[in-house]
Amino acid sequence: MNKYVLRRLGLAAVTILVILLILFLMLELMPGSPFNDEKITKAQRAVLDAKYGLDQPVLSRFILYIKAMLSGDFGVSYVIQKNMPISTMLEARLPVTIQVGIQAILLGTLIGLILGIVAALKHNSFVDSLTTFISVIGVSFPSYVFALALSYYFASKLGWFPILYASSQPFVSTILPTIALSMFTLATVARFARSEMIEVLGSDYMLLSESKGVKRPRLILVHALRNTLIPIITVLAPLVVALMTGSLVIEQIFSIPGIGSLLVMAIQVNDYNVIIAVAFIYSILFIALTLIVDVLYGVIDPRIRLAKGDKHG
Amino acid sequence: MGNKTPTFDRSDFELADNSERVQIDHNYISQSYWKDAFIRFKSNKGAVVGLIMILIISLFAIVGPMMSDHTYKSVNIRHKSLAPRIEGFENSFIFNGVANRINSYEQKGLDDVYYIFGTDTLGRDLWTRTWMGTRISLYIATIAVAIDMLIGMIYGLVSGYYGHSIDNAMQRFIEILSGIPNLVIVTLLIVILKPGLVTITIALMITGWIGMSRVARAQMLKLKEQEFVLASKTLGAGNFAIIFKDILPNIFGQIIIMSMFSIPTAIFTEAFLAFIGLGIPQPMASLGSLISEGFKSMTIYPYMIAAPVVVLALLMLSFNLLADGLRDALDPKMKEM
Repeated sequence: MNKYVLRRLGLAAVTILVILLILFLMLELMPGSPFNDEKITKAQRAVLDAKYGLDQPVLSRFILYIKAMLSGDFGVSYVIQKNMPISTMLEARLPVTIQVGIQAILLGTLIGLILGIVAALKHNSFVDSLTTFISVIGVSFPSYVFALALSYYFASKLGWFPILYASSQPFVSTILPTIALSMFTLATVARFARSEMIEVLGSDYMLLSESKGVKRPRLILVHALRNTLIPIITVLAPLVVALMTGSLVIEQIFSIPGIGSLLVMAIQVNDYNVIIAVAFIYSILFIALTLIVDVLYGVIDPRIRLAKGDKHG
Repeated sequence: MGNKTPTFDRSDFELADNSERVQIDHNYISQSYWKDAFIRFKSNKGAVVGLIMILIISLFAIVGPMMSDHTYKSVNIRHKSLAPRIEGFENSFIFNGVANRINSYEQKGLDDVYYIFGTDTLGRDLWTRTWMGTRISLYIATIAVAIDMLIGMIYGLVSGYYGHSIDNAMQRFIEILSGIPNLVIVTLLIVILKPGLVTITIALMITGWIGMSRVARAQMLKLKEQEFVLASKTLGAGNFAIIFKDILPNIFGQIIIMSMFSIPTAIFTEAFLAFIGLGIPQPMASLGSLISEGFKSMTIYPYMIAAPVVVLALLMLSFNLLADGLRDALDPKMKEM
């Protein structure tokens, strides 16, 4: 077990290093400079380069860079808010993105599980068809289609919810974005929960528990649900990726001041410190989450850690 | 002792009625795997509907732009922001040229002008632009399959076949690559290169094949220890022949399923990039960039966003339905993934 966790940790560390290298190299290769002002003379330019450390050799810049990134110092923004430390910008924006993300994953998983389980229990009923329909739609339509539809109908037409994010009402104004963002999670979880539950319900140990006289609610909630949940943990990692991608678009549509909209803004104005910082934060979030999911799965299901951990060492 | 052995004659017995226990053997014509799969596919309504919708959309993507007198980039300021109108539908509730209770055709005195999907804020024909955008999405779909086949499949097959240190190195590479979020790879790539079709293609080439390579490797590991491979080896077949002639045909079903599932993801990636303004540059249009443009004036002219959203949604839905149907047809044992 420890070997498995250690191996996963090592891999995560290597991945972070590779990401840092890629981010660094990409910056090196990127055309343009943060000082695109034609009024700046050569001498002024040299002073600026020296001030921001842009005149040093590549390797020493890379090592300095790793040190700075890992200590949370992402430098200052060049364009968006001149000389504003990026960590300050992120501090204000990260909680909003994480709040919407967590709301979406909770909503999606909860509703998805309920739909999937009810569909499996009432196999071939109306609820079952509805669940299949929702899961196909949810996987097929990009999250911004839901976002546009929701904001057009519920915010613009009916006026039930604010159209744009307002920091004065951080919950009410994130209801629509949360729903839009959670659709993919909801659809995938519902689909998985349904097929897993159907399989679990048909298994011998369920028949045994039933014949031993276990009451129906306990049978479903304790015996079946637990075994249904295990495989669902594996799909959580890809779902988090989908959430990240979705958050970029959703934040644009509802003008949420999160890190997704910051990334888009930074790309458009070529503010490369900000791009790097946000890309790094996204990568760290992603790696940490996949690490947690993998270790968690290894803890729950011993077959996984044996197969993965001991075969390749 | 007069113990007689009992004697039986015919009349002591009668024929039992065993008609309920007798079974007649059914003989089925043996069918090839592909014919079997085809029959299973045909009986799946969703998949057939998906396939037909894809064919219809492809047809429109080819013919649509030719049907209109306008090109995708011809700007006509006099015709700007016209609502959808089709000849003969003037008095119906849809396609009547009325948006926000205003018939802009009448206001501008354009009585004999018809735009099926309306025009955008620059007066470009949305019908042509939508189908041009669909062409981009279909191109992306083709590219996604090609990448899956060329990179993902071969990578997986080679990694699984050679095993040991080659497999180890190749799998560690994949683990690191998949540890980097796609979003980060794609956005950074687009920052370095210019936004456009080539960039999107490269982005897909970097990340789009990992799932396929895993499937191909898993199948290879399952098959390579089997007798027919050993037989082939004994007869002197080379590695290339074993991988591509002996093993590949046996796993082709799984390969097709997996490549079908990567199509919606690829189309989605393009639409997503276009939406955040990193897609095909103007005046070319993709469904994503049309949606992004329409979004800016959605509250005033909702029809501008309607056509591309509907086409994109239908396309994604059809590919998903088709992929689901193909999975059930080609691999009935496979669990939903």
